[in-house]
Amino acid sequence: MTEGKSEITPIELFFEIERGDFVRAGEASSKIKKKLLRLGFTGGIIRRTAIATYEAEMNIVIHSLGGSLKVKMYPEKVVLVAKDEGPGIPDVALAMKEGFSTAPEHVREMGFGAGMGLPNMRNCADEFEIESREDVGTTVTMVLYKGG
Amino acid sequence: MGSLIHAVTLDKDKCKGCTNCIKHCPTEAIRVRDGKAKIIDERCIDCGECIRICPHHAKTAITDSLEEIKKFRYPVAIPAPSLYGQFKGNVSVDKIISGLYGLGFFRVWEVARGAEMVSKVTERYLKEHDLPKPVISSACPTVMRLIRIRYPELVDHILPVDSPMEVAAHMVKEEMVAEGYAREDIGVFFISPCAAKFTIVKNPLGKEKSNVDGVLAISDIYGPLLEKIKEEKMSKALQKSTSAGIGWAISGGESRLIKDRRHISVDGLVNVTRVLEDAMMGKLKEVDFIEALACSGGCVGGPLTVENPFMAKARISKLSEGLTGELPQVSAELADSFVYDKPITPQNVLRLDEDMVKAIKKMGEIDDITEDLPGLDCGACGAPTCRALAEDIVRGKADKLDCIIKLRENVSGLAERMVDLAKKMPPSMNQYEKRER
Repeated sequence: MTEGKSEITPIELFFEIERGDFVRAGEASSKIKKKLLRLGFTGGIIRRTAIATYEAEMNIVIHSLGGSLKVKMYPEKVVLVAKDEGPGIPDVALAMKEGFSTAPEHVREMGFGAGMGLPNMRNCADEFEIESREDVGTTVTMVLYKGG
Repeated sequence: MGSLIHAVTLDKDKCKGCTNCIKHCPTEAIRVRDGKAKIIDERCIDCGECIRICPHHAKTAITDSLEEIKKFRYPVAIPAPSLYGQFKGNVSVDKIISGLYGLGFFRVWEVARGAEMVSKVTERYLKEHDLPKPVISSACPTVMRLIRIRYPELVDHILPVDSPMEVAAHMVKEEMVAEGYAREDIGVFFISPCAAKFTIVKNPLGKEKSNVDGVLAISDIYGPLLEKIKEEKMSKALQKSTSAGIGWAISGGESRLIKDRRHISVDGLVNVTRVLEDAMMGKLKEVDFIEALACSGGCVGGPLTVENPFMAKARISKLSEGLTGELPQVSAELADSFVYDKPITPQNVLRLDEDMVKAIKKMGEIDDITEDLPGLDCGACGAPTCRALAEDIVRGKADKLDCIIKLRENVSGLAERMVDLAKKMPPSMNQYEKRER
């Protein structure tokens, strides 16, 4: 048996996320948290992952036509990739500003769309990358390190 | 953790080895082995769900017996406010208290009064400290255990203030010592609706040692107490608690006393889990304080009560109607003494391996095995779900053939092979076989 770090097959989870599915939003976050606990993660990383995944789920539910969340769990880090199809973000720098939101009125009425989603995700992640193309979609990649 | 004393336990003789309890345990802490349920101590949060669900009454809670009070020269009863909801409407709080005296207690000090003080201490603590939001009440020991095991990231949110029971025990002891009674002669007994209180008295949180010397189940003393209440003719004014403290027996009773804060009160373990899950994801931004009680309806729904929780709740609601009077004044020094000395720490009892590399490997194996199991979650193997069985297999505590469906598949595969083998003839006899046909 090989025990080298590069030999590790990370635990992978994949969630399809549907547009407008507010009921199931948070399910991915909850399942990921459960796994992290069993893997023995402690400290802030569980909480940061829970928040980052929930915000990512909500972004896809509210703003896109649908997408997915992929999670890989390594001994030292968690990698999250949230990918959606949809309008994309015309001005990424603006979208990263706290309080800026393009959420439609009916979503704001539900108490969402405070313009904290992307900033929150960035704050939770140690590495944060966002790639968006108008009318194609957005991909957010986050890496969270244990003890980071 | 090996020394953890638990209230919830099994009466082996009564256990029929059915799977009711394993399916209802919120932390998957029970397995059926050799025809009997087995509680995995480090996972048990003393919620009492199994006590409620067991059709054979094989699940019980260890508490102290009324006999124990005789060990002390001055036994003191500190009744939980939920006790007041256990008797028909015409039985007053005064009567209940005098009934407790009738049972042989030297003094009765109401936990409802302790609750009023805790409300005051909480108000002060929240003003002076900036805890991460939402702050979670520490009143329910089961919720505390649940957080330590399943929501370790929320331990900093727990309000580090003693429970009303601890405050009451402290107050009455100090009161009596000041009056000249010897400390070692005073034995304080909590009259409890709750199994988890026994556990927390034996393994205190935030404190080195509990001030409570024993825990008596309401269900155990109910009969004798009822007798005494009937005997009691005169009814003196003994009640010192107010509606504020009594309200703590039901969900919402604690949070209604927290001024100027946005609060929610949640009861029942399923609901508590949902709220904690949301808190973990940062969803509860508009909440400052969470009152979370594991039992449905609040402490009146505790597993050691007698009356159905809805009747009890209605009575407590009546007793706690309208907030009369101010909360008691608590000096700064006294208030500080009710703040935890020790931080609350997470308990990682769920992890698969201390070495994360191995844990990841095991998780992968669990995923694979779960995939292969039938997914019926029938419980016949003794584990609550197929996934739990898979986890037990990887932890080395179960075998794949514990699954009756898997076993059946194997047997049927074997039977097919036997039929195949039976058809096979040695070459020397092949002729014969052909002729037969």
